[in-house]
Amino acid sequence: MCLAIPMEITEINGNEAVAEAGGIRKDVRLDLLEGAEIGDFILMHTGYAIEKLDPEEARETLELIKKVYRAGMTGSVESPDNDEQ
Amino acid sequence: MSNPPITMNSRDGLYGSFHDPAMAQGLSSRLADLVLPRPLSLMHVCGTHEQSIAKAGIRSMLPDGLRLIAGPGCPVCVCPAADIDLAVQAARREDTIVTTFGDMFRVPSGDTSLELMKADGCDVRVVYSPLDAVKIASENPGKEVVFVAVGFETTAGPIAASIRAGVPENFSIIRSMRLIPPALEFLLEKGRGSIDGFILPGHVSTVLGRKGYSFLEEKYGVPAVISGFEPVDILRGILGLTEMVLAGPPFSVLNLYRRVVSENGNVKAQELIDEVFEPAPSNWRGIGSIPLSGLVLRTEYSGIDALTRLGLEPSAEAEDVRPGCICHEVILGESEPEQCPQFGTGCTPRRPHGPCMVSSEGTCRARYQYRHTGDIY
Ligand code: SF4
Ligand code: SF4
Repeated sequence: MCLAIPMEITEINGNEAVAEAGGIRKDVRLDLLEGAEIGDFILMHTGYAIEKLDPEEARETLELIKKVYRAGMTGSVESPDNDEQ
Repeated sequence: MSNPPITMNSRDGLYGSFHDPAMAQGLSSRLADLVLPRPLSLMHVCGTHEQSIAKAGIRSMLPDGLRLIAGPGCPVCVCPAADIDLAVQAARREDTIVTTFGDMFRVPSGDTSLELMKADGCDVRVVYSPLDAVKIASENPGKEVVFVAVGFETTAGPIAASIRAGVPENFSIIRSMRLIPPALEFLLEKGRGSIDGFILPGHVSTVLGRKGYSFLEEKYGVPAVISGFEPVDILRGILGLTEMVLAGPPFSVLNLYRRVVSENGNVKAQELIDEVFEPAPSNWRGIGSIPLSGLVLRTEYSGIDALTRLGLEPSAEAEDVRPGCICHEVILGESEPEQCPQFGTGCTPRRPHGPCMVSSEGTCRARYQYRHTGDIY
């Protein structure tokens, strides 16, 4: 029920912002976040940004999986955009 | 070092890597290679997890003896019929608009549902955010606007924020929010199904933080992982949890969803929830009352409680488990949906017989929708 969608903040106006994902724009409230900035990626749920996504942590998680489990990726973490689907 | 592009097209960029087929396959073969000395049961408590697991066919990748149970993880499925009955009572009133999230719209209560009430001419509107409900109230000053406030911690934050921001005189809520940690404690106390470890819900965890589950390690010594929702996240979570169980105590709560879940959680959301609501006992469909697992309005906000305001009486007769439905066993991991005689015949997403078939995250619904899925892609 409470699916949260990752989106990028493109405009901020006080407690209100506009966020985009896959060409879709949504109004999003920032009441639940501390110090959001344009360009931040957030998880959006029922019209509110509920948390920010941390790119450093995402990178570390992927690196760790590669190291510990030797699970390869189609691309590397450095160039993950050679998407094949 | 050139950083990877962070685009949000779910299939590419940094965050899209969590979909990466090669990585998922690598993890799934590591998982398949595990040898278990005894059968293990892992439980997740999140509808979104169930959906991803069913969609990616993750159960078919598990080693022999590893069981993945879908616990009470969907706020719609665990919402008792009595709460839906209250919404139905409100919808029957003159000059009243009932607003609800889409998932609640079709949940049956006895022979009726909000959807059927609407078909009967009642004013029931599906909203996507609590803010939409507040807006409807502002636009309809002559009517009473009731919002069915259902959800776990994830949704309680936005609901509290909307109320805190100020609501018009004619706005009230039917409170039906539930909290995950007391439910986990309840499951552990009951010793139901002897759970070897928990996969904790990623979005609830954004609010609670890893700290919100410290009782699991301190009081119960149960291993747990906080996991995201992409195939790589879930496979990594199952692997990490199984390895932890196999290695033996001391157990801990591992945060494997660090890109959004922090140690302390979303403190601002916690504070807002705490300002507007306080914990109280709450009924869970098919489970019964769990201490301090629900949220009621604090005195300052009690004026927007639809029950007192509109004189709604919780019905003692509302039937939580309809004859022929085994949702209560499914929710506790005691039965699989496929064991229900109604599954796919008397009960389908188009004509749901029980709540687990209604919400897109209900266990029966996810299992039905992806019943032909065997492989990951
Ligand atoms: S994030 Fe929370 S509400 Fe959403 S599906 Fe998971 S447990 Fe349910
Ligand atoms: S298949 Fe339908 S009737 Fe059976 S347990 Fe699931 S929701 Fe209930």
